[in-house]
Amino acid sequence: MNETFYDVMRRQGITRRSFLKFCSLTAASLGLSPAFAPKIAHAMETKPRIPVLWLHGLECTCCSESFIRSGHPLAKDVILSMLSLDYDDTIMAAAGHNAEAIIDEIVEKYKGNYILAVEGNAPLAEDGMYCIIGGKPFVEQLKYAAESCKAIISWGSCASWGCVQAAKPNPTRATPVHKIPGLADKPIIKVPGCPPIAEVMTAVVAYLLTFEKLPTLDRQGRPQMFYSQRIHDKCYRRPHFDAGQFVEHWDDEAARQGHCLYKMGCKGPTTYNACSTVRWNEGVSFPIQSGHGCIGCSEDGFWDKGGFYQRLTDINDFSIEANADAVGGTAATVVGVGIAAHAGLTALKRAKQPGADQQ
Amino acid sequence: MTEPTSTSVPHAVYVYEKPVRLWHSLNALVIVALTVTGYLIASPLASVGGEASNHFVMGYVRFLHFAAGYLLAIGLLFRAYWAYAGNEHARQIFLPPLLSRDFWQGVGHEVLWYAFLAKEPKKYIGHNPLAVLFMHFVFVWGMLFMILTGFALYGEGTGQGSWQHALFSSWVLPIFGDSQNLHSWHHLVMWLIVCFIMSHIYVAVREDKLSRQTILSAIVTGWRTFKDDKPVDDIH
Repeated sequence: MNETFYDVMRRQGITRRSFLKFCSLTAASLGLSPAFAPKIAHAMETKPRIPVLWLHGLECTCCSESFIRSGHPLAKDVILSMLSLDYDDTIMAAAGHNAEAIIDEIVEKYKGNYILAVEGNAPLAEDGMYCIIGGKPFVEQLKYAAESCKAIISWGSCASWGCVQAAKPNPTRATPVHKIPGLADKPIIKVPGCPPIAEVMTAVVAYLLTFEKLPTLDRQGRPQMFYSQRIHDKCYRRPHFDAGQFVEHWDDEAARQGHCLYKMGCKGPTTYNACSTVRWNEGVSFPIQSGHGCIGCSEDGFWDKGGFYQRLTDINDFSIEANADAVGGTAATVVGVGIAAHAGLTALKRAKQPGADQQ
Repeated sequence: MTEPTSTSVPHAVYVYEKPVRLWHSLNALVIVALTVTGYLIASPLASVGGEASNHFVMGYVRFLHFAAGYLLAIGLLFRAYWAYAGNEHARQIFLPPLLSRDFWQGVGHEVLWYAFLAKEPKKYIGHNPLAVLFMHFVFVWGMLFMILTGFALYGEGTGQGSWQHALFSSWVLPIFGDSQNLHSWHHLVMWLIVCFIMSHIYVAVREDKLSRQTILSAIVTGWRTFKDDKPVDDIH
């Protein structure tokens, strides 16, 4: 009954040679030394495969779309065979009651030993009525599946932060996984991005399944190996930034030359992700490489921070759109006018009191 | 140092010791440098042409900002030590006597004085109470905020494993939620400091003209002189 990963792969027609290649590649993509490749191979040959439940809440399925386009087809096949067989309502073959029964089956059969992957989040308003799965609010399904899982993966910015459906005023009260009240206290790995990079997703799953422990997480709960540096830190256009060469208009010479998009509102300097190193679609490109600034899609609140093409963040707490310069500049002007008025009054007052002038 | 007595004061009192004056002028320099370079980091100068390898404009602007930031932080550390080692006036802006009734009455009188409702200002050897209040809450805490958030932003660049990241970014970033918010707050408080400096210079000049003690020459020479023989109001 409990077949190993290796068994699953062989059944899929993957040769031993390809299997070993996959192990080396996984070790490399996780930033491990080559000595780890045999360890990964050994783990996959001996450990029973851990089922993954993949739930979909309020989302757009871009995480799944990204995931199935993982740059390394072998990794994709392997990972998909590890989990799609169990439950993923977008790509599983089963439907209706049969499909929903899979959740009960896994929860009971693998109590405390399966991974719960969540794509999207749960709207809490109206008792969760804004997202119904199999006739029940998604939030109930999520809580039920989380109760006996081993760990939770929050796929994408929806599950990690809330994303666009949680944008102000958030009418459905879309709530990211770690903020759902009453959710079982399980370790949560956030893999933010809209969507996250496919290779990052497969590497996180591979790490969990082979080592049976969580990757090192940062304070915000993201795997450090992929979210410890900003896009800006490894951007290939960084030399133009340091030189002071910026794109000023979308159609200027600097844009054609591929200069830095900082002035066009690129959020690379404030965004933690691996786009500038791993890139997308088998390493073909990433937003900045194709001439558009980073919109910061893996950062909390990126949807509520004003235009994607502005350098300074909008501050909405004054109920008008403003940024730090507008607010600060206004304050400085008010202080300046205040000082001038006060100085004028002082001079006037002194002029009226000739006696006070002796020193 | 000459201690004032309750009935009369000597004509001049040594208030600002050399390290305090040095800190004041260092601060004036680095804060101007930090404000200008900080503004240029958020809104860079016009682009330069040619090859990237021939220029380092942003690099120099950022270097100046970081170097001045270090000076500001080291200066504040040193000044905090001097608050302990120096004379009683060196402690004034760090430890405002918030529980003292006299202090708040002094604040009230200063407010009336600035609102043109009091005829005469009071006479102080050190800062007046309103000045103490502003210097403590706007300047000292403002500087501390800028140094903490500044090093947290700097630690983002030096990266995980650096002491700047370990000591600052690792806990400051989660408080602000993300890097972009942190940038905005660092930027906003810069404007607060600008407002403080504008008011600081204005009231220093005004008090120098109107009050009963010297202000501008005192921060240069350290000696406070008085324009009349009446008793001072900040006797401890």
